[in-house]
Amino acid sequence: MPMLEATGISKAFGGLAAVSKVDISVNEGEILGLIGPNGAGKTTLFNLISGAIQMDSGTAVFEGKRISGMKPYQICRLGIGRSFQAAKNFDGMPVHQNVLMGALFGKKGQSAANASKIVDEVLDFVNLNELRDKMVHDIPLASQKRLEVARALATRPKLLLLDEMMAGLNPSEVGEAMELVTKIRDSGITIIMIEHVMKAIMKICDRIVVLHHGAKIAEGAPQEIAANKTVIEVYLGEC
Amino acid sequence: MIYKFNFRKDVQYIVVAAVVIFFAFVPLFGSTYTLTLSSTIMMYIVMSLSWSMFSGPTGYISLASGAFVGLGFYASGFLSSSLPLPMLMLVGGLVSFALAAIIGAVTLRLRGVYFTIFTFCLVELVKAVMTWYEIMIVRKRGLNVRNFGTDTAFYAMLVMVAITLIVVVVIKRSRFGMALTGIGESEDAASHIGIHTTRTKVFGFAISAFLMGTVGAVRATMLHHIDPGSSFNMMFSFLPVLMCVFGGMKTFLGPIIGAAVFAILQYNLITEMPQIYMIIFGAIMILAILFMPTGIVGVYERVINRIKKGKSKKGGTDDANA
Ligand SMILES: Nc1ncnc2c1ncn2[C@@H]1O[C@H](COP(=O)(O)OP(=O)(O)O)[C@@H](O)[C@H]1O
Ligand SMILES: [Mg+2]
Repeated sequence: MPMLEATGISKAFGGLAAVSKVDISVNEGEILGLIGPNGAGKTTLFNLISGAIQMDSGTAVFEGKRISGMKPYQICRLGIGRSFQAAKNFDGMPVHQNVLMGALFGKKGQSAANASKIVDEVLDFVNLNELRDKMVHDIPLASQKRLEVARALATRPKLLLLDEMMAGLNPSEVGEAMELVTKIRDSGITIIMIEHVMKAIMKICDRIVVLHHGAKIAEGAPQEIAANKTVIEVYLGEC
Repeated sequence: MIYKFNFRKDVQYIVVAAVVIFFAFVPLFGSTYTLTLSSTIMMYIVMSLSWSMFSGPTGYISLASGAFVGLGFYASGFLSSSLPLPMLMLVGGLVSFALAAIIGAVTLRLRGVYFTIFTFCLVELVKAVMTWYEIMIVRKRGLNVRNFGTDTAFYAMLVMVAITLIVVVVIKRSRFGMALTGIGESEDAASHIGIHTTRTKVFGFAISAFLMGTVGAVRATMLHHIDPGSSFNMMFSFLPVLMCVFGGMKTFLGPIIGAAVFAILQYNLITEMPQIYMIIFGAIMILAILFMPTGIVGVYERVINRIKKGKSKKGGTDDANA
């Protein structure tokens, strides 16, 4: 049974079908890539899964529990963490406190001692320890994106949704980000990642889903997607 | 874990505690005028502290304070002949808490300026309901309130200042306070790291309303007569905002200093030049906002930092906002 299984989920904004009848599932231990042109509905799909917005129809089931209809904080506590396309860090707090927030609130009844242990662990894990006392604005963009991931990791997720974490990074930073994603997976966390950086997607994803105008147009292993005619027409051709 | 001892920050708590204790002795030598002025200052302090407790971290600017203070007024208006003052305060606080919780549950989904507009209208709405009630149901304008004596009112306000200070400091250091700050920093992010944002906001808003309701109840006993106009007064809604802007919102001392300066200024202007008091008051506010965007305390911190930087090159990141 897949870890997350969403069936027939749809969402329209006004007359525009941002996501229409999408089936998507992810198996434990997988890195699932989610690609598609701008406006394809990728972020909306994340918003639907994480409870930020409610779906018009369809269901999402996570580890056997129906999560459609739940609030974001409940979905987080069940074990789904996420990052945002435009980083939404707590800018008024230093780096370590951003992570502490995730640790404190991510699981119900987390003790303060435990939370600060998690902070140290996670900061080490994502390589932000040296910047721990800096304010968010004083660290580079790549680190800000890492910080968002760190905050999500501190909530102790089983499934992590990463929304364009590599956008705006230079090639060497992209390489580091890829390493981080693989390392997160190896630590036992399942991942769905939205990404435009094809090299990264093709290299680290086990499976890829392609969205176009809100609909799923293809799904398969990276080589299959790279060879898929429709995908090449609507998406890869545009790049 | 969250808390580290910091001399400069902790000294301010000690100083404030000392001032509160000193105030306890004021009735022994102060004139009635001093006591009344002090009671007003303390009421303003409670209002600005409780307002900034919620609106400061979350960024939800409430203009509903007038409704909560007014409910406190009417709690005393209805019950002062039969209940002792602490009970009046409790009732005023609880009624305000309940209204804030209901209103909050409905309106705190509104973000930004929509929330502010709604709370602004709330004061007028409650006033209209009360006016309607008096005209149509009881056919009597306003209510008389029992006076418990200047000393009693003074001590009641002092107790509320102490309670509010404790509540503010405890919340600031608690998980709940961190959740409020998280919501202000990014509500989306907060909800996705497991913060129950609606409950946190509603509860924070209601606590701040409770405190305002209690001082409203005390205030009413200092007046002989109350009516909807004097109770559900927009002035009470704007005051906390202005005092916090004036004193500096993101600091512990800001709202306190802002409230004290404001009350004294208001008293002097009203007695010295009642005709043009609002004009001067307005002018001072505008100048304050233009030239001290971080409030009095902010200006002080800047000056101190400049002096420090002059002395040693090592500036460091001394976070003023805790
Ligand atoms: N909150 C919203 N309100 C209205 N339209 C939205 C909203 N969020 C997304 N959209 C629209 O839905 C479509 C899909 O957007 P999005 O999911 O952000 O695409 P992607 O992440 O694939 O670039 C776009 O046309 C976008 O304008
Ligand atoms: Mg997007």
